[in-house]
Amino acid sequence: MAAIALAAAARSGHPSPVRRGIRTGLFHTSATILAAVFLFPLIWAALNSVKSSDEANQQPPTWLPHSLSLQNYRSLSGFDQGIGTYLLNTFALCLCTVVGTVIVCVLGGYGFARYAFRGKNLLFGATLTILMVPYATILLPLYIVLGHLHLQNSLIGLALVLVMFQLPFGIFLMRNSFESVPRELEEAALVDGCTGFGALRHVSARVVMPGVITVALFAFLTSWNEYLAPLIFLNDGTKYTLPVMLVNIRYASFNILDVGALQAGVVVAMIPCLVVYLALQRFYVSGLVTGALRG
Amino acid sequence: MAVTVLTSRPQQARTPTVGPRRRSRAGSASRRPAVGLAFVAPTAVLVAALFLVPLGILVYMSLTNWPLLGSPTFDGLDNYRQLGQDDQFLGAIKFTLVYTAITTVVLFAVAFALVAISSTRRKGAVFYRTAFFLPYVVGTAAASSMWWVNSNDQLGVFSKAIQAAGITHQPPGLLATPNRALFTAIALVIWKFVGFQVMVLLVGLQAIPAELYEAARMDGATTWQRLRYITIPSLRPTLALLTILSVTGSLLAFDQFFVLTHGGPDNSTVTVVLALYNKAFQSFRLGNAAAEAVVVLVVLVLVNMVQLRLFREREK
Repeated sequence: MAAIALAAAARSGHPSPVRRGIRTGLFHTSATILAAVFLFPLIWAALNSVKSSDEANQQPPTWLPHSLSLQNYRSLSGFDQGIGTYLLNTFALCLCTVVGTVIVCVLGGYGFARYAFRGKNLLFGATLTILMVPYATILLPLYIVLGHLHLQNSLIGLALVLVMFQLPFGIFLMRNSFESVPRELEEAALVDGCTGFGALRHVSARVVMPGVITVALFAFLTSWNEYLAPLIFLNDGTKYTLPVMLVNIRYASFNILDVGALQAGVVVAMIPCLVVYLALQRFYVSGLVTGALRG
Repeated sequence: MAVTVLTSRPQQARTPTVGPRRRSRAGSASRRPAVGLAFVAPTAVLVAALFLVPLGILVYMSLTNWPLLGSPTFDGLDNYRQLGQDDQFLGAIKFTLVYTAITTVVLFAVAFALVAISSTRRKGAVFYRTAFFLPYVVGTAAASSMWWVNSNDQLGVFSKAIQAAGITHQPPGLLATPNRALFTAIALVIWKFVGFQVMVLLVGLQAIPAELYEAARMDGATTWQRLRYITIPSLRPTLALLTILSVTGSLLAFDQFFVLTHGGPDNSTVTVVLALYNKAFQSFRLGNAAAEAVVVLVVLVLVNMVQLRLFREREK
């Protein structure tokens, strides 16, 4: 809002070139300082992670690395099960969650968009209610349900829970995506003798791809970063995911904190998110528009 | 214009259901309700097994004495009565409310300032916007771990920077007192989440038709009038959504406190969800924890409903 005010002020008057230059300079100075404040912790973690272990743990800390070293990353591979195991677990969890979310939401979104059946509104309403119910409060009974399904302490069980939490957003978004596809396209396929599933596959699937990518992206970011659910559902150290490992690092080796290793872990955990986000940025924004801000 | 993410109404009205005419044209075999049910079956199974059933169990648990081993015994409303005398829970409620109020206000204030920067047409706006948003995609556990180390008196770069800036020559103890711990946690939350607010506000701003501003300018509206009569009313649904997300998210804060302050110092930063977690998974008083969860759940649903209604009414 203030932005509009500023922009409008800049446009309405006709200030001299000098004054405009000063204004631009001030704008970029303050914006750069703010951007630096926001990027600093990320850059700091990266800088610290490539210091030697001794330097990373020096008191007080040094600003720039005196020498580059991969020591901290190496000590990560020696931590408990080794970073490789945690990475693998996290990848497996993400894969299951993303694939599961996409399948359930594409099928469900299509069903809600194109078919009439009894209980449709009830089911759709129940799915959206998941948003209203605080996530943390339902983990406790979920723990018991997973126990009955023999899915406690299992990455599959955890993935199912994460898929469930993605449903309100995913179903809503996929339903809207399918509704924006003209029915006539599919009807033609149906007349040509396609089954319902065939129509979905041939005609709609390509058109709704952006929606699918958005759903997959959100599922990935959530499952990669999720901390509380793995902490509660997994009790076997060999199954821990990266976020759980990160928090455990500080209690490693008799409570002696290894700052370098911790920062290296942070870097490993955040790089996939940054890369995936930067690559798929426009789907993220379009997802926000469709999913959260229709109107 | 409504926060349709929480309701299905407006959409439903637009969707023509499959009528008989259509069915006969498209071939009745392909639009049978049974096929539709098959499509939504996975959703139904997940929602039932992992949402509705646990919800039922939660309510049942809250009415029982549920030990970790052995069978639960029915307790009636005992767990709820105990909540009233549970100082830790009551303290957690108070802390969470204070935290929510401060966070929501500060988040909006910072977000508006950052929107002013990222919505200009100047060069570099996209870079600034991305810089503000990047912390949001980093996980809370990673972000909180980072801030925990950086706030360390001897090893942390925040402490070093504060001393280098000459603000204090002592170690600043960023997590040492209740107020400082709260301040550091709020700083973390602003850093991590404000980018999301900025992004959503930008999307909202872009949706306002440029003609509105053109027309207003031709009519000689001042900057303030354009802000007051075009921008703010048009952004109302966006602001409503962000308020709901911010209030709900803050009331349920867990990760940042669990990792950054661990509820300390002296249990001064225990949020409601952290208290709930401790009760369930540290002291294993599951019935008590379930009662707390039910209370939190009911309060949140009410808060959401009240907020939605408030924003709806103002829209009219």
